[in-house]
Amino acid sequence: MSSSWDVIVDALPVLAQGSVVTLKITVISLFFALLIGLLFGLMSTSRSKILRGIATAYVDFLRGTPLLVQIFFIYFGLPPVLDIKIPETTAGILALSLNAGAYLAEIFRGGILSIDKGQMEAARSLGLTHGKAMRLVILPQAVRRMIPAFVNQFIVTLKDTSLLTVIGIRELMNSGEIIISSNFRSFEIWAVVAVFYFLMIYILSLLSRSLERRFAK
Amino acid sequence: MIHVENLKKSFGSLEVLKDISTTIEEREVVCVIGPSGSGKSTFLRCLNQLEEVTSGKITIEGMEVTSPKVDINKLRERVGMVFQRFNLFPHLTVLENIMLAPKHVKHSERQQNEQKALQLLKKVDLADKRDVYPDRLSGGQQQRVAITRALAMDPHIMLFDEPTSALDPEMVGEVLQVMKDLAKEGMTMVVVTHEMGFAREVADRVIFMDGGYIVEEGTPAEIFDNPQHERTKAFLSKVL
Repeated sequence: MSSSWDVIVDALPVLAQGSVVTLKITVISLFFALLIGLLFGLMSTSRSKILRGIATAYVDFLRGTPLLVQIFFIYFGLPPVLDIKIPETTAGILALSLNAGAYLAEIFRGGILSIDKGQMEAARSLGLTHGKAMRLVILPQAVRRMIPAFVNQFIVTLKDTSLLTVIGIRELMNSGEIIISSNFRSFEIWAVVAVFYFLMIYILSLLSRSLERRFAK
Repeated sequence: MIHVENLKKSFGSLEVLKDISTTIEEREVVCVIGPSGSGKSTFLRCLNQLEEVTSGKITIEGMEVTSPKVDINKLRERVGMVFQRFNLFPHLTVLENIMLAPKHVKHSERQQNEQKALQLLKKVDLADKRDVYPDRLSGGQQQRVAITRALAMDPHIMLFDEPTSALDPEMVGEVLQVMKDLAKEGMTMVVVTHEMGFAREVADRVIFMDGGYIVEEGTPAEIFDNPQHERTKAFLSKVL
């Protein structure tokens, strides 16, 4: 039996590749999730009952169902009904974006509502439209307050990518499984996988802390 | 200039303005006084439609403000407002606060915009604070910046909603002075205030409101020295 050290060293290239996939999927998913979150966040703070209703329904539905079910639904459920083929990476990104988007919508909503009503009134009294007041006055303040919650969601989504192993995406979790299926060294490999996840998230937290300090103004 | 006809405003089942009619002329300075809950702030906020009226008609410079077809942003370009709690934008510097609306509403050219902002800042003695963020300013300084921010849009009318009520006593004077200068320059002003001294000295007309009605209006001398209504007398005896 080869030493633990050799097992780990042999696994590193594959796990590093998996980590890159994990990071890529996280970043792309969060990008779309931010757009979705902003859209539904704005809708949920709008004056229109219909828009608010749509936003609430979206958030409730996506928060109220397990991510794993959402992944299976998109990857296995939709293609035969719609008669299309959804590549696994697309399905994975879609599921993560929609899911994180729901949580981010709530973060946007909370951030927008946390800004004093007088800010919107002052902006409107100067002749700015609602849209411009939102973009130039409310959101810049709200986003600063939301940074810790954004970072938290980033971390959650990064860890959620591990679920994508079930549809065969070669991210970090999946890479670990593949290595173990050939060398049967669960202990070493899962330990290293855990360390990889931890390092990615730890570095991210450090970055976010310096970002927060920069925006503390 | 401002014409208000049978204005009514309710919040749910609570009727705050019961039947307000008045006219404010160009270059006139009108002070609105009255006990809290009398509807005076709501009245002011109806003038630039921060509150939607329940019924009645408001016309400003020939523009029917209360019509659903009116371009409310066009109206607000002409009507500046100063709030009790300043409402400066905390993420922008003093200069950026002042330049924001001219830039994004009037699309004024950057250099001109900045020049004008500085000029206005100089007038309120705050040119040295141009690059400072609002949280580094005292209340009096913040309110002077807020007035400047409104003036940068070249309004024809200025509305003041208890502009000195949130200030420490020693800062009230500097803000009132700016308002006095503005009145002297001929700005049309509607001022909701508890500063009776200011009302007496600067107002052309004083409106006393209570319970959602205009109880009495007249020159400062008429209202302060010879009030006709019991409620006016009772109020003034408490505040003077």
